[in-house]
Amino acid sequence: MSEPTVPLAHQFEEPAQQQEAATLGMWIFLATEVLLFGGLFLAYIVYRDQAPQAFAAASGKTMLVAGTINTAVLLVSSYFVANAVHLTTLGRRKVVVVLLLAAVLLAAVFLVIKGFEYHHKIEEGLFPGMNFHFPGGQARGAQMFFVLYFTMTGLHALHVAVGAAILAVCAGKVLLSPDPARLATMVDVSGLYWHFVDIVWVFLFPLFYLISHRS
Amino acid sequence: MNSFALQAAPQTGASELDYLTEQRTISSWLFTTDHKRVGILYMLTITLFFLIGGIAATLMRLELATPAGDLMSSPTYNKLFTVHGVMMVWFFLIPSIPNVLGNFLIPLMIGARDVAFPRLNIASWYIFVCGGAFALYAILSGGVDTGWTFYTPYSSTYANGHVIAMAVGILIAGFSSIATGLNFIVTIHKMRAPGMTWFRLPLFIWSMYTTSLILVLATPVLAITLILVSLERGFGVGIFDPALGGDPVLFQHLFWFYSHPAVYIMILPGMGVISELIACFARKRIFGYRFVAFASVAIAVFGFLVWGHHMFVSSQSVYAGMIFSILSFLVSIPSAIKVFNWTATLYKGSIRFDTPMLYALGFIGLFTVGGLTGLFLASLAMDVHLTDTYFIIAHFHYIMVGGMVMAYLGGLHFWWPKISGRHYPEILARLSALTIFLGFNLTFFPQFVLGVLGMPRRYHTYPDEFQLLNVLSSAGASILAVGYVLPLLYLLWSLRHGKRAEPNPWGATGLEWIAPSPPPRDNFSTVPIVTEDPYAYNAQAAEAEIRKEEGVHV
Amino acid sequence: MKILLTGTWEFPSASEMAPQMDALFMGLLVISSLVAFAVAGFIVVFGIRYRRGSTADRTPGHGSTMPIEIAWTAVPLAIFVALFVWAAVLYFQMARPPANSVEVHVVAKQWMWKVQHPGGRREINELHVPLGRPVVLVMISQDVIHSFYVPAFRIKQDVLPGRYTRQWFIPNRIGRYHLFCAEYCGTDHSRMIGTVTVMQPPEYARWQETGDVGTSMAAVGRGLFMSRGCSGCHSVRSAISAPLLDGVYGKPVALSDGATVIADEGYIRDSILLPNKQIAAGYSPVMPTFQGQLGEEEVAQLIAYIRSLTAKPETSP
Repeated sequence: MSEPTVPLAHQFEEPAQQQEAATLGMWIFLATEVLLFGGLFLAYIVYRDQAPQAFAAASGKTMLVAGTINTAVLLVSSYFVANAVHLTTLGRRKVVVVLLLAAVLLAAVFLVIKGFEYHHKIEEGLFPGMNFHFPGGQARGAQMFFVLYFTMTGLHALHVAVGAAILAVCAGKVLLSPDPARLATMVDVSGLYWHFVDIVWVFLFPLFYLISHRS
Repeated sequence: MNSFALQAAPQTGASELDYLTEQRTISSWLFTTDHKRVGILYMLTITLFFLIGGIAATLMRLELATPAGDLMSSPTYNKLFTVHGVMMVWFFLIPSIPNVLGNFLIPLMIGARDVAFPRLNIASWYIFVCGGAFALYAILSGGVDTGWTFYTPYSSTYANGHVIAMAVGILIAGFSSIATGLNFIVTIHKMRAPGMTWFRLPLFIWSMYTTSLILVLATPVLAITLILVSLERGFGVGIFDPALGGDPVLFQHLFWFYSHPAVYIMILPGMGVISELIACFARKRIFGYRFVAFASVAIAVFGFLVWGHHMFVSSQSVYAGMIFSILSFLVSIPSAIKVFNWTATLYKGSIRFDTPMLYALGFIGLFTVGGLTGLFLASLAMDVHLTDTYFIIAHFHYIMVGGMVMAYLGGLHFWWPKISGRHYPEILARLSALTIFLGFNLTFFPQFVLGVLGMPRRYHTYPDEFQLLNVLSSAGASILAVGYVLPLLYLLWSLRHGKRAEPNPWGATGLEWIAPSPPPRDNFSTVPIVTEDPYAYNAQAAEAEIRKEEGVHV
Repeated sequence: MKILLTGTWEFPSASEMAPQMDALFMGLLVISSLVAFAVAGFIVVFGIRYRRGSTADRTPGHGSTMPIEIAWTAVPLAIFVALFVWAAVLYFQMARPPANSVEVHVVAKQWMWKVQHPGGRREINELHVPLGRPVVLVMISQDVIHSFYVPAFRIKQDVLPGRYTRQWFIPNRIGRYHLFCAEYCGTDHSRMIGTVTVMQPPEYARWQETGDVGTSMAAVGRGLFMSRGCSGCHSVRSAISAPLLDGVYGKPVALSDGATVIADEGYIRDSILLPNKQIAAGYSPVMPTFQGQLGEEEVAQLIAYIRSLTAKPETSP
């Protein structure tokens, strides 16, 4: 790593200390994020246990194709970001900017698809608390499914939006920096956050899209 | 001589500007990234919130002097205890020692120039103030009558007032806690001076480290819980209300998963302060340093596994109750170890009874009572009778007020010369410490009896036979109020009129005492190098010193 | 606790459980007091003996501190485990009502206690019980969480909306005792109080026949079963396939998802209010919900009627 030019904040003694502090800080932050989603996963477990049939029926109403495409979109974006993190340390400005912007673009694709899904659900009367109706006598359990669906995927979508903004800022900074390698820590830490957002979706996808009895 | 004293010489550059005088503009305070100034900003803010919570408590005790509920209406009373609980828990106790003393002391104690993320540090204060503003808005625009526990479906469907504003305020304050906890963990991991190994850390740092772990891991669960309550209340989507398909007990699990560890956020920092005070004023190395340090870790870990003991009568299964009960007994073992080790530290010491020591000894006594009454509540069958009565109120006030507030005041007095560069008036301070101790016991001991007799908590009116004990408690509260106002006044007075403090007025060990009082912006002119264990006190040497001085005088 | 407190304050003990609870309390009190006084004693003694400037011997000891650390970890641990077992055994007993109990239905709402006796007698903020007989309270809330607390019996149980909870006691002293709501429930929480009256059994029998009597809960429930249309489907003459309810109560029911549940109060209540939550195997989910049409008291009456079908199978409609 070519790091002697990294500016050192006054509280630090040496660049390695500064870099380790940033990385540790992000890992701890991700731990808090895990627990933030953890409360919702607990609620999901409890309510699915109370109404397994309703959850399976309600899951049948989600758009499996859209969810699968979104999964692929996020995984590919994570691949781009992982490469960007590596190439930043080598100072490859152009490639890094392209990779990061591609990831931002994929995040936008994800959000647009999600938006279509939400729109569709609301049209179908599957938004809890707003004329919710669900055929087959499982309305109560199904409504709980959709409460969790909108809360959890909504909170995740918020994270996607924040993550995309962070990646965009990274791209801008790398573009304008005289020495992109000194931004390695920033890109690395932002990449960690993006991978976390990706992983949360990997858990959400089966819980909401794959538990139905589609055959 | 210990290594700290040897290091002291180059640190006292007398002409250097300290952190208070370096810049004097308001904006230099509002845009500061200095951990010491952030600590001061927190001190001012939480003092305001303490006063609001304290006024609410005073009004409640006034109301309870008579059984009839004649001073105010029951909605007003219900809003008052909500204000008291929310202000004291989230806006005073949780940030008290961590954000005031922790911010000020952690970098000083580990020999760093600042915390790892100074901008995040000041940001956390702004976030906290923003949360406080929401909470104050909720209070001023009509109040909230849920109690600080926000039990559903009452809070989500039936309650009066701006529940959402209050929940959002607490949520925002929670993010400030997370930022602070994260900052402290990274600081303690990565910013220690050369030679400051884990087992050379002062016990205050150990307690702040474990507290930060809890802050970081528990607070997000509270955040999501409050978001869900707000969603249910705001949009009528069913999450916790059984009328809408939800489960009200799930809320209690989520809430106590945060709030029980939060109880340890409200006592572990106090334990850390007490370890510093006892060692310094007994002139002894802390007895069983490693046991006390690991006890903090054990409390933090076990603290996450006992939330169900708040729910022994809430329809939880008998078997779940048994597991939570035995774990609750286990979590009290590390606390007992600490108390025994502090007491043993006094043995063969050279004990001085300065104000901080009075608070420390008071802490041990009151915390012991609070901890032992916790055993009653951990006992399954006993808890059935005692839960949700004044016994609970008395129990957690012995821990939080008798413990944490005593420790906060003790620590504030101990480090006041370092923080302000001035001495406080000693006689007056000892007097207020005694006033607080007496007032506290008179306020809360009768509440144990009330609870055993069966008086439920959160009662605006009560049967006549409980009046005598309530009057005693209210009388104690007025003494306690006087005890709390006194330090506020004389500490302010000392800022201008107090005797100037030398770098190490107590003859204490610890890196913070080699920095000038008050310290300069970067704390240390040269990075200190630590070569020996903490608490290098020597009672025999201290006594010999006294003899020598007396000899000179004679 | 009786010894300590009765002299000074009125603190009755009126259930068979109470003396056992009081013994546990005294045990805890003695142990806690010993520890508290020991700690305080050591602090005072050390504080005086080793005060600054005293001539006490301060030569540091040289032995290892490990034995003493282990001792003051292990001894409390042993005591705590003993206390845990003591309290857990009692708690276990409190969770298991005896079979021959009088069953009383309690509906809590902001801010009153509504009580229905099996014989039909109703009361508000009052509960009359016979001396010496086990009484089980089957409780549910119509709105928020409440908690049924009788200090003289040393019992307390949260009363939840949407779910039955139970608690039991054997009153063993004639008298009138406080009933409190112990879980904060809103504006008039502190006025959600009442009285529990323990009477001699003959007097209790007479009391059940007087005042606001009405017909028995099961009989009222039978009336509801007819008037609300339940009998239209749940009968042998019905064209629609619905399970017959004779003898269902207390028996296992196979569900359409393969699970099996016991048909207790909670299951029957859910079946009335949330008919599609659990569907009995072999039936289609055609039953309409009665959510919002039946109050908790009416549901309790219907359940009492369905239970009576198990006791006397020949009385099917």
